[in-house]
Amino acid sequence: MTNDAIALEVRNITKRFPGVLANDRVNFDLRKGEIHALLGENGAGKTTLMNIIYGLYTPNEGEFFISNGEGLQQVQIRSPHDAIRAGIGMVHQHFMLVPVFSVAENIILGQEITRGPSLDLRTARQKITQLSEEYGLEVDPDAIVEDLPVGVQQRVEIIKALYRNAHILVLDEPTAVLTPQEVENLFRVMRQLTQRGVSIIFITHKLKEVLAVADRITAMRRGQVVGTTTPAESDEHKLASMMVGREVILTVEKAPAKVGDVVLEVKDLNIVDERGVEVVRQVGFQVCAGEILGIAGVQGNGQTELVESLTGLRERKSGQVVLGGKEIPELNPRLNVEAGQAHIPEDRHKHGLVLAYSIADNEVLCTYYQPPFARGLQRDQKAVMNNAVKLIERFDIRTPSPNLPASNLSGGNQQKVIVARELSRPIKLLIANQPTRGLDVGSIEYIHRQIVDMRDRGIAVLLVSAELDEITSLSDRIAVMYHGQIVATVDPDKITRAELGLLMAGSSLPTQ
Amino acid sequence: MDSNQKVPNQPKFLRSILDVLLNENLWRTILVQVMAVLLALLIGAIILLISGANPIEAYAALFRGAFGSPTAIGRTLEKATPLIFSGLAVAFAFKAGMFNIGAQGQLLFGAITAAFLGFALHGLPPFIHMPLALIGGALAGGAYAIIPGALKAYRGVHEVITTIMLNYIAINVTDYLANGPWKDTSPGNVVARTPVIDPAAAIGKLGPVPIGFIIAILAAFVVWWLLGKTTTGFEIRMVGLNPSAARYAGIKVARTLILTMVISGILAGLGGAVETLGVVGRYQPGFNVGLGFDGITVAMLGKTHPFGVIPAAILVGAMKAGSSEMQFASGVAKEITDVIQALILFFVAADVIMRSLLRMGKAGGEEVKLSTGWGKQ
Amino acid sequence: MQKSMTTYSPWNRFFNRNRGILIGGLAVFVIVLFFYIWIPMETVAVLNATVRISTPLVLGALCGLMGERAAVINIGIEGQMLMSAFIAFLFNVWTGNLPLSILAGVLTGALLGLLLAFMAVTLKIDQIIGGTVINILAVGLTGYFYSTGLTAKGGLGPIIIPVLSDIPLIGPVLFKNPPITYAAIILVFVIHYVLFYTRWGLRTRAVGEHPRAADTVGINVYKMRYVNVILGGSLAGLAGAFLTLEAIGSFERLMTNGRGFIALACMIFGRWTPLGSWGAALFFALFTALATQISFMFGETVNIPHQVWGILPYLFTILVLAGVGKRVRSPAADGVPYTKE
Repeated sequence: MTNDAIALEVRNITKRFPGVLANDRVNFDLRKGEIHALLGENGAGKTTLMNIIYGLYTPNEGEFFISNGEGLQQVQIRSPHDAIRAGIGMVHQHFMLVPVFSVAENIILGQEITRGPSLDLRTARQKITQLSEEYGLEVDPDAIVEDLPVGVQQRVEIIKALYRNAHILVLDEPTAVLTPQEVENLFRVMRQLTQRGVSIIFITHKLKEVLAVADRITAMRRGQVVGTTTPAESDEHKLASMMVGREVILTVEKAPAKVGDVVLEVKDLNIVDERGVEVVRQVGFQVCAGEILGIAGVQGNGQTELVESLTGLRERKSGQVVLGGKEIPELNPRLNVEAGQAHIPEDRHKHGLVLAYSIADNEVLCTYYQPPFARGLQRDQKAVMNNAVKLIERFDIRTPSPNLPASNLSGGNQQKVIVARELSRPIKLLIANQPTRGLDVGSIEYIHRQIVDMRDRGIAVLLVSAELDEITSLSDRIAVMYHGQIVATVDPDKITRAELGLLMAGSSLPTQ
Repeated sequence: MDSNQKVPNQPKFLRSILDVLLNENLWRTILVQVMAVLLALLIGAIILLISGANPIEAYAALFRGAFGSPTAIGRTLEKATPLIFSGLAVAFAFKAGMFNIGAQGQLLFGAITAAFLGFALHGLPPFIHMPLALIGGALAGGAYAIIPGALKAYRGVHEVITTIMLNYIAINVTDYLANGPWKDTSPGNVVARTPVIDPAAAIGKLGPVPIGFIIAILAAFVVWWLLGKTTTGFEIRMVGLNPSAARYAGIKVARTLILTMVISGILAGLGGAVETLGVVGRYQPGFNVGLGFDGITVAMLGKTHPFGVIPAAILVGAMKAGSSEMQFASGVAKEITDVIQALILFFVAADVIMRSLLRMGKAGGEEVKLSTGWGKQ
Repeated sequence: MQKSMTTYSPWNRFFNRNRGILIGGLAVFVIVLFFYIWIPMETVAVLNATVRISTPLVLGALCGLMGERAAVINIGIEGQMLMSAFIAFLFNVWTGNLPLSILAGVLTGALLGLLLAFMAVTLKIDQIIGGTVINILAVGLTGYFYSTGLTAKGGLGPIIIPVLSDIPLIGPVLFKNPPITYAAIILVFVIHYVLFYTRWGLRTRAVGEHPRAADTVGINVYKMRYVNVILGGSLAGLAGAFLTLEAIGSFERLMTNGRGFIALACMIFGRWTPLGSWGAALFFALFTALATQISFMFGETVNIPHQVWGILPYLFTILVLAGVGKRVRSPAADGVPYTKE
């Protein structure tokens, strides 16, 4: 599988952005036929490094070397064009596929085959089918990409790279959107590719995956390479320490739950999306005071729509939502807030914050019209300021002033602003949707602590997350969502990861 | 966070004025805007040279016609008044992310409504008649603006095309009214226009300063208060900056969009009413054509801030006031001021150029998304 | 494995998706036939007027969609038409050479397209403001440089295609037209082909839907946008030349009268496709021509003020856009400036 011949090497790569040194004298090499994992938390510089290797960024300093069959040859990579010519292909975390084009059109884009002036899609289809069979990646060349499930779209991205004769493949966080079974599938494909001479760089922040599939592991922290090791010589704790630079507690310590009355009850919820597709089907569950109900499931199984309905942002076809004994009508977010609901949204830039507004204004985004922040039409700026000052101190938000726009803050601090706003109201229910996505380990730990804290104070918590570790460590009960339905509700202590994976993929457990 | 954040015990009003004057960002912004105007004038001068005119002579005459005497200044302020209103109208709509090019049509309806209320009613005391005509004109503008507002809020139709279509419709309708049922039938009149308004409805002057100008300044203050200090303004700005977050915060986005257009229309209508009652004395078709675009230039030059609109309007008004003198004294066609206006708009919008010329950093401030497609947003 | 959406035959897809329009077109044809048998002269007049009115609209819509398919919104079509009309007119006055004048108009449109591209792609100014700059600039420059008393040495007369033009009904309407009118119709099909069947078209559409994806496969997003907007501008220029050289014969201030914006509505109604825009333009033009014809025929008997007819095109445009509403989907990246990182 691997030999010691090097396929790609970069030396002394340095990349500066205004205010941040994203890559600091990075040396990295990839051996032929190996799977080399690049590990680091968000902001460590791994995506920057890969974007440099793929020609999307130009480094301030550094050199590239590619194997030319006999030895290493220095090359210039200044654009994706150069990278493609050097045999490098990249599968980005957010797919670079044109949604309205077909699979074939996406694959040939930029390297189109023509017959005279026209596109020759027939030949393209043939070539794609050939590649598809050769590597075991099933795709339909004429399917429209936006209709395809995420796992298939990923296959299209891989074929796109192979179509361009890539023998070095970079995969950026490929497992974020896959079920555990699909992840296994992907690993199988990766091993097949390496057997055919493709060398793979695999970027991730998930320790278990790295140990499962990598031949070598390089950890990055704050723009620098911290070390390189192999799965044999390492384990989750050592890797986590390399990533973060200190001892990391991988599980959250929590006392057993003191469960109270039912706070949120959802009955027979049905939601249909804009295209008429049923996305939530007959969903019903309860969340009690003092407990955390985690909703596990791969993204795209209706969780987003469920949460939007519960928070008043999406209409429902039928069903009831009862909060604190009162039925909540649809499409009235303000009523939800006034009934004691708090929400940490999935997309903090879209729903959680107005980036151009000051931190102080963001802290009153939901309550700006209530006294003391306003009396009738007139707002009270002083009250808003005082509130912000208090929250900044209580939640340790790193900022020199509450008047700065929220866009100035780091991702972690932005999330803290949202958490501060939501948790400082008198609330009965907290809905946390992907609350730690894209955050550094320190912020993740902080937010987990806050969530457990709320639960210990008697607040009902509904946690929706695609990170299985987060769900299993925080939840008191887990409901698994698949294709819009709750397929099972389980006790996290009594179920294995593998079994959870099966449920998330829609299979039933052998004993059930 | 250190405790130096406590506000010192000075008179609040004085402190806020000092804050404004000492704000470095503000001076930088003003510098950039001034540079834009100068560059526009420079290129205008080049065009004048190409067409065989003497730019220095022309600009001197322009300046004379705008500021050369108290009458000239009065004329400038007179021209600036409707520009302040349309600038405010456009700037206000901007804050919610909407482009109200229909200020012209709303202004026309405001003007003709005020004219109607002015000539149709008699025997009312001035302190009733004048405000009545003003409010009538303002409401007419606001009502006309409901159309593009509702179309945008409920049907997702981008207001650029609808407001321009409505402008053309407004020109036709007011034309018809001035030529038909509301025509001036006094002996000797053949032109299409409405009868002169009752003197009780007229707006006068305070020395050389038209009272209409003062009303405009007051309107700017009201807009400033509304946008910056009220919950309504908070909501409107949020809708412009991040409609998804606004929805989540419980704001009814559709209603806010319509409200914004209505207020914008009220401002434009008020401008038309003030022009009728204070300057022209009746409604005459062909008056103030093209003010839709002027409003945009003024709003952008004033950085869409109510207090920025005032000096911007005075500048553009000065060009309009001085252009007759320029045409008369140096033979240069008036339309060169339109060209200069377009250039000002260009340089103001391309402040990137200005900032790199002056070696400044990137601009801060709130950025509203205007053009995000025609249908689904 | 995901099943294929439809069989690949383009004709198949065309008939399936556009069933409604095809049936509507057939109905219109039958109605026209009926009227021709009843009042031949008026029918032919209306049809001729339809073709004449639709030409600048079609060209304007094509200009708009070329830019928007690459994600650049162009509301300056009105200004481009106006400026080109003026320049074409000037060239005709100076040289009397019609082909040269048409070329001058086309180049003017292309030049203004270059300006718009510069503003939108390089300076990343908000595209609506960029278009407004072009509109005000055109009004100002044409107003400034125009002096009354200019007369043109003749305009473009119709080119009569032999034999075909003798076919009753469609003969005089379709085959006795001046050159730009023919060019417009030909361009509809050419652009349709280029946009949907060639490499250039695929890349343009990619740049308009997901520019970053295009960038990552090595396509130069900036260049694609520049070229599309400039080419589109030349179409608007052709429309301007049409106005002064074929349709009206002289220049008037503000003569475009909103056509540039109505063209945008045609583009939206036509769902950003050349054939759709053509259909929308014909639809719109037919309506306008009918209204004018009716006002001639019944103008004596019923006293309707001429402004009523005047507002019809604009009112119609608003109603059409309101009807279409949110059901249209513009190219995904429409209006958003692209920044290469």
